[in-house]
Amino acid sequence: MGRTLRSRLEVSGIYLIVLVLFAVILYPLLWAVSISLNPGSTLFSAKLIPDNLTLDHYRWLFADPLSEYGLWYKNTLIVASFNALISVSLVSMLAFVFSRFRFAGRKHGIYTFLLLQMFPVLMGMVAIYLLLNLVNLLDTFAGLILIYSIGGLPMNVFLVKGYLDTIPRDLDESATMDGAGHLTVFFRILMPLARPILAVVALFTFMAPFMDFLTPRIILRSPEKYTLALGLYNFINDKFSNNFTIFAAGTILIAVPIATVFLLLQRFLISGLADGATKG
Amino acid sequence: MQNALQTGPGPGGAPSPKRAAWLSVVPGLGQLYNRRYIKGSILLLLALSLAASLGAWTVQGLQGLVTLGEDPNVDDSRTLLTEGILALLLGLALLAAYGLNIRDAWRDAVRRREGERIPSMRQAFHDSYDKGFPYFVVVPSFILLAMVVIFPLLFMVALAFTNYSLYNSPPAKLLDWVGWANFKELFVNPLWTQSLLSVLSWTVFWTLVATTLQIALAMLLAVLVNDSRIRFKKAIRTVLILPWAVPSFMTVLVFAAMFNDTFGAINTQLLAPFGVQIPWLTDAGWARTAIILIQVWLGFPYVFTLFTGVLQSISKDWYEAADVDGGSRWQKFRFITLPHVLFATAPLLIMQYSFNFNNFNIIFLFNKGGPPVPGQSAGATDILISWVYNLTFTDNNYKMAAAISIIMGVVVAAFALYQFRRTRSFREEGY
Repeated sequence: MGRTLRSRLEVSGIYLIVLVLFAVILYPLLWAVSISLNPGSTLFSAKLIPDNLTLDHYRWLFADPLSEYGLWYKNTLIVASFNALISVSLVSMLAFVFSRFRFAGRKHGIYTFLLLQMFPVLMGMVAIYLLLNLVNLLDTFAGLILIYSIGGLPMNVFLVKGYLDTIPRDLDESATMDGAGHLTVFFRILMPLARPILAVVALFTFMAPFMDFLTPRIILRSPEKYTLALGLYNFINDKFSNNFTIFAAGTILIAVPIATVFLLLQRFLISGLADGATKG
Repeated sequence: MQNALQTGPGPGGAPSPKRAAWLSVVPGLGQLYNRRYIKGSILLLLALSLAASLGAWTVQGLQGLVTLGEDPNVDDSRTLLTEGILALLLGLALLAAYGLNIRDAWRDAVRRREGERIPSMRQAFHDSYDKGFPYFVVVPSFILLAMVVIFPLLFMVALAFTNYSLYNSPPAKLLDWVGWANFKELFVNPLWTQSLLSVLSWTVFWTLVATTLQIALAMLLAVLVNDSRIRFKKAIRTVLILPWAVPSFMTVLVFAAMFNDTFGAINTQLLAPFGVQIPWLTDAGWARTAIILIQVWLGFPYVFTLFTGVLQSISKDWYEAADVDGGSRWQKFRFITLPHVLFATAPLLIMQYSFNFNNFNIIFLFNKGGPPVPGQSAGATDILISWVYNLTFTDNNYKMAAAISIIMGVVVAAFALYQFRRTRSFREEGY
């Protein structure tokens, strides 16, 4: 009897801790949602449970001629799609080579990647600005995509290489025996098996432009090229409290799709990260 | 010698590797000497066209790198610096290719002397595809990487040795090389030394405390939720991952609003009933507390996800064996769970530390490094990277920003390499 009581107490204790954490996690998120539904535009008058809920801010984002939200969304989608596409192709090829070939310079190559991923891209922003200026890529999507896809290369290659290392070599060796070329081995055998980790890379690289306001802030100049994060950041940067309700509505429209995809791919994320990166 | 006679290398007798190597001082000639006519002529043509098109530019670029310009009306030191570093990178690449060319001629000659047949063109193509495949993939990516990642870092290093600041900035003025003067300034001038020390110590404190708390909370939750008596595991995990799933750009700004001293929800809703008002954004200590709490909120789900994955893969046999031996729950955690989990995730946990060391977003978005500290050029919550950002883009003090970046880079690289070499993944590779 004593044992079951103790066990019950323990279980309730665990549930209690989980519940407290639920509150801590959900409070800010719900607060943001409720702010976005508050009438008016300032935080001063905002209430947790608004007297009269309104979708005005959401309507404003898409309907008001002053709002460039739709344009920002389109820009971000363009940058994000290309970034994911280019990153996945480059990363998978590089990881394949580093995982399956033994060649002079391989070790140094891995070391270089390892070291470079430690340095934040931010450290070289002045130089990136000047470089893009020199090759006329300043204020273009191409420049932004270039920085994103190449800047993230070292880390992602490491992630995928670790995953490929866990796939038995016998598979591709026997295919090579049967006369398959490098590319056949790559596309037909390894890529299908590496799908979970490639999904992780695609997701991360797709999401990066939605969340990063700093790189576009340095590279993009014309307002019609702004990405969502940059546009929204500028929106509240000057008068923080004044536009906050609209800002909240705008960010929720980014957060909901991203969070949904994220949670749907949860299983992939867990297995991909745990299998690949830990052995990387 | 006998071998050479058998295959009959031609009128010149046995081919001499030395001569082949010497001849390929002009790329291609050595290969021609080795009777690889097509390869030789391609190399010769390539070398000539490269020399014609890039030679002058490279030399000019290197010159510009040394002088940084002579006439402020004509020269822009920044462009010269950019082109100079690119020329340096290009020069090094060309030099490496040049070395490979000489080695290739030498090797072919050795092979010929040992009686190997020279592969036919088709065979050569096939071989180079087979053996060269990794290089076809790696070399172009490395060139891009050199431009986007390595070049900017070199540029930063170079800036630290110039006098580039708001008061001395191109195009109006020329830059000069000043040696270690900026570093001396950093360590001798009390204004800079004080800022550097306080920012550095807060950066280290922030990195260690925020990341460790993140990991501890994640560990606690992963173990608790993994308990076999707990139901609705999937739902619980989904909610616990939410902070990771929602873009941090958004949540940090939401937190910034919530922690606002005058109209934030924390003060007006949560603490108001207790009659407490906390100056979250204006007091250094409270701002630091808030920012650590927020980072724990943001960062624990990722580690939690990792730990959950590993926990599920630990074999039950371990725990059953421990039960037989009468191990307590704490002992099971201490000697089975903890080592397993930490061992498997060590590299990623290290990355978490280095991520927080450079976690610019949260610092900048929450309070822009504020509140300001009197007598210091950095704010109370400024970490090295956000300080560098402010020095660069607000104060335009490029030289000092670059010098601090170098110190930062050295810390990160040393720590990371040291840790990575100790972890399993490297030993497995046999490094």
